[in-house]
Amino acid sequence: MAGPKIRPARGPGSGGGPAAAMMPGEKPKNFRGTMSTLGEYLKPYRVKLVLACIAALFSVVFSVVSPFILGMATDVVADSVLTDQSLDFTRLGQLILVLLLLYGVSALFSGWLGFLMAGVAQKISYQLRKDLSEKLDRLPLSYFDHRTHGEILSRVTNDVDTVNTTLNQTLSQIVTNGITILGILALMIYINPLMTLIALLTIPLSLWVIRQIVKRSQGHFKDNQRFLGQVNGHIEEMFSGHIIVKAFNGEKQSKEIFENWNHQLANAGEKSQFLSGTMMPLINMIGNLGFILVCVVGGALALQGRMTIGSIQAFVQYIRTFNHPIAQLANVANVLQSTAAAAERIFEVLKEEEELPDSEKDSPLKAPQVRGEITFDHVSFHYPTQEENPQPLIQDFHFVAKPGQRVAIVGPTGAGKTTIVKLLLRFYELSGGRILVDGVDITTIPRKELRSIFSMVLQDNWLFSGTIEENIGYGSANPTREEIVSAAHSAHIHHFIKTQPGGYHMVIQEEAGNLSQGQKQLMTLARAFLADSPILILDEATSSVDTRTEAQIQKAMAQLMEGRTSFVIAHRLSTIVDADVILVMKNGDVVEKGTHQELLAQGGFYKTLYESQYL
Amino acid sequence: MTVMKRILHIYIPYIPLILLTGGLIIIQALLQLELPKLMAQIIDQGIVSGNLSLIYRTGATMLGLTLLVCIAAVSVSFLGARISSRSAAKLRSNLFDQVTRFGSAEIEHFGTSSLITRATNDVLQIQTTSLMLLRMGFFAPAMGIGALLMAIRTNRDLTWTIVVALAALLVLIVVSVSLSLPKFRILQKLMDRLNLIVNERLSGLLVIRAFHQETAEEQRFDKANVDLMKTNLFVSRLMSFMMPGMTLIMSYGSLLVVWAGAGLIQQDRLAIGDMMAFIQYAMHVVMSFLFLTMFFIMLPRAMVSAQRVQEVLSMEPSISEVCLENQESLPLDTPGEVVFDQVCFRYPDAEEDVLHDISFRAKPGTWTAIVGGTGSGKSTLINLLPRFYDVTQGSITVDGVDIRHLCHENLRQLIGYVPQKGILFSGSIRSNVTYANPEMDETTLTQAMKISQSYDFVEEKPEGLETSIAQGGTNVSGGQRQRLSIARAIAKNSPIYIFDDSFSALDFATEVSLRKAMLNSLGNRTVFVVAQRISTIKDAHQIIVLEEGKVAGMGTHSQLLGTCPVYRELAASQLQITSEGGDSHGRS
Repeated sequence: MAGPKIRPARGPGSGGGPAAAMMPGEKPKNFRGTMSTLGEYLKPYRVKLVLACIAALFSVVFSVVSPFILGMATDVVADSVLTDQSLDFTRLGQLILVLLLLYGVSALFSGWLGFLMAGVAQKISYQLRKDLSEKLDRLPLSYFDHRTHGEILSRVTNDVDTVNTTLNQTLSQIVTNGITILGILALMIYINPLMTLIALLTIPLSLWVIRQIVKRSQGHFKDNQRFLGQVNGHIEEMFSGHIIVKAFNGEKQSKEIFENWNHQLANAGEKSQFLSGTMMPLINMIGNLGFILVCVVGGALALQGRMTIGSIQAFVQYIRTFNHPIAQLANVANVLQSTAAAAERIFEVLKEEEELPDSEKDSPLKAPQVRGEITFDHVSFHYPTQEENPQPLIQDFHFVAKPGQRVAIVGPTGAGKTTIVKLLLRFYELSGGRILVDGVDITTIPRKELRSIFSMVLQDNWLFSGTIEENIGYGSANPTREEIVSAAHSAHIHHFIKTQPGGYHMVIQEEAGNLSQGQKQLMTLARAFLADSPILILDEATSSVDTRTEAQIQKAMAQLMEGRTSFVIAHRLSTIVDADVILVMKNGDVVEKGTHQELLAQGGFYKTLYESQYL
Repeated sequence: MTVMKRILHIYIPYIPLILLTGGLIIIQALLQLELPKLMAQIIDQGIVSGNLSLIYRTGATMLGLTLLVCIAAVSVSFLGARISSRSAAKLRSNLFDQVTRFGSAEIEHFGTSSLITRATNDVLQIQTTSLMLLRMGFFAPAMGIGALLMAIRTNRDLTWTIVVALAALLVLIVVSVSLSLPKFRILQKLMDRLNLIVNERLSGLLVIRAFHQETAEEQRFDKANVDLMKTNLFVSRLMSFMMPGMTLIMSYGSLLVVWAGAGLIQQDRLAIGDMMAFIQYAMHVVMSFLFLTMFFIMLPRAMVSAQRVQEVLSMEPSISEVCLENQESLPLDTPGEVVFDQVCFRYPDAEEDVLHDISFRAKPGTWTAIVGGTGSGKSTLINLLPRFYDVTQGSITVDGVDIRHLCHENLRQLIGYVPQKGILFSGSIRSNVTYANPEMDETTLTQAMKISQSYDFVEEKPEGLETSIAQGGTNVSGGQRQRLSIARAIAKNSPIYIFDDSFSALDFATEVSLRKAMLNSLGNRTVFVVAQRISTIKDAHQIIVLEEGKVAGMGTHSQLLGTCPVYRELAASQLQITSEGGDSHGRS
């Protein structure tokens, strides 16, 4: 499989706060609708959210009031200096005690707020992931046919992460920042309205600066992302195809292309980073301007007796802390947008149409009792995505496989061979006709039971990151070691397993990178041997295994197939020459039926296929 | 932990810029530190003394300073952006070059996936963190020490308050970090595990459903989900107390200053403006301390990425891809006789040889086929010829010259290689087929397309040769990809050709036409074919049968049928051998 899961690279200079405002945000299609669906997830935590609001309120109120009181304490000291009297330590002590309490309580409430929101956010994220995971099992196969793994994975990880961060931080930020701004504003006006006005002058200036920088840097950020994608894409290609690059002396060309993108990336990165880096200094400068204004005007007012030193100190503190919530709030709209976009993607999946549910009744057929007669009763099928203009793939297919028969399905690629098999396992719903097992319609059999009637070995060998023992035992209920070893013997993989470090306990790495194609196939064959189901399906099982090993497996499979109905799909006519019936498919339909000799005698499509192997 | 020589090396040319940036940051910090002092001036000398003009003058000075601070900070941003972008580009470039030089052994060692991650994510991580480190590394100490000095200068007697605050902060940080750091590490692993499980469920969808293991998979996922939630919860909750805790320490610190300061003011040992300035300085010291701790917390994360990049940069490729002046070389029209002489090969780190004592000669104008069971070593053997790996014993020669004496570029010019899986690069059909030589003439190109049976389907496409190919070549079918790979090799016009099981994606009819066309045009070349279908190699001049890394038989098809039991088994599984001892078409 090509390439690792590269997290959407955010590039330098991203993160919370003002800088994040600059990343070109995504827009959701239906903000209201998505937010209300998200609200549904928040409902169970109503009480906690209310408590969180209360906590936020208290924590902010206490912290906003504190500079004011500290100012009062400072005034106690200042008074003694200005009026040359002795300091009123009692009053000072009282004020300081009050402050100790205020600070402490504010911190506690603040911590509690974070505690609550963390709980809410994590639990909701857990629920979202769980819902997605369970939904995946109910979605029809057709959903996955035209979606990449990366897309779906991104919903479960990245998108849930985005929602998580917002719930954790942004929500409480909105509340606390909002209250803070209001509180500070109120207190500043209370202290001195004129100063408040002067202090407020800095806000539109800050906002204007933020907008300007964001406007200018958006383009560079987009470029940055684009070039990063190009560079990474090139790296992925060249590293994955390094054999070809070497074999064709393509190193120079590869380097040229790389340097081109790399250079452009460096330029775009430099510009976007520079611009985003100017935001803080500029905002700080504006903040300092406010600070200076407060000092100067406040000083002048103090000389006129219209302001106390303590209130200057309070004002200075307020001004210092005023800019931060404003910058954060300026960013909130952006954050909410991208969160809604992420949530939307998640809900899209959750709203998708599901497979038809299993019937509620008991299974009319149990796997051990199955004789193995399969009937295709005038079956028609076309892919669900073509509802408007259905191109029927399989048309009016009628066929009965007697118990124990070996049925071979042949035909060129795209002829519909694997589709027939997927229909047997009810991976897709038929558009016409029925499929019967021992005379029972498969739609009346619960899927779990239906699938234990079949053992399937696919062209695509799926192994997961677990031990060899676990992989072979997959799908079989509590297999013993002897059974597993015996199955491995049948698949001619036992010797290989013994030569591996750890033997049957060896852990297969992610994507089974430490095994060859042939070995993987033998493992999946062992799995099928072990599962020992009444009906076998072999989908090009042995095409990646060399012909010698294939011959040995065919012997073993013949043993396995004895007395069992089996469907074999292969390109190699040698594997199907021994079949009881051959179904020849072309363009989605079964065009010929019969034994090898009969079909040759017919002189039709099958004959052409067979003969083309020997010219 | 090795010294990050290769990485630090990248920053050497930027040292002057780094120092300049550092200097500017220090200036910025110092200028910033003047402001509280000036504020104190306004209060002590302005208000207390009733001097309005002083207030205005001091204000103007502060304004000037603020402007300078801003200019300094913007310059720092400019320089910092330059340093980090350019050095990251250089790092990426070095990494790319290094991996390009890697042979198959080194690539296997790391794994393609891991190399890609290192060249992309890890470099990005280093870039992001290095800028932050640069800023904090200079700013935090400058601010911290500067503020401390200013504080001491303002009033020595209050300095102990800062020490108390720092001590409290230290305790808080040590406790938080020691509790959370191990959890952070686990968090990363848990995320990876979740990724893995989902990916596996997606790629194994059919199998999971066919074996009705949905519930088991659900449980597997749920466990990972729960683990993730719990760890995330712990970490978030810890952080949610840490922040208020820090604010609390700073607030209590200022209270301490007010209380102690009041006493000093009473004794006329402290001016009130100075007390307010002191509080500000104390804040700065504590903030710088915080920044410094963040620095040390971020560092390990960057170190991990740096370590991974360093590993790649410091690995010496086993096959030198540097061509020397006086190396032997073969002309491009050399006959191309290949001799394998007692070749043995074992993978680096392996305990046993994969190939034992293989010897054969392939003459120009002949087809040599290599067949054998899974793991018999067919592909490994043929990959020794282009020197993707080097033999561990014995030698391979082309026209008498040991391939290890040839410059790798020269050697590969002589070989047209088609791998098992068709690999195309993003670009156009044309750019792919002319990969060996973008300047090649149209006739060569068209010839190659026709021989490889690609001409027809390319003509049918609306954009023909200019049709774009997406990354991974996914917008053409497997069979078409294969044919284009073959076209690419044929267009190279080299004396030696290697087809490593290259026909498996083609249907029989196409393969037959292909072989006919190749026999005609490659008649005088040395061709190697690794294949599984007997029908493909039946007509080879020489068939080498491998089993468990040794030569089990060598000869023509009919010779081997008679003398080699391994080959007979192979053939039997594919051809009908009638009881008369020949195949169903009467050939024996």
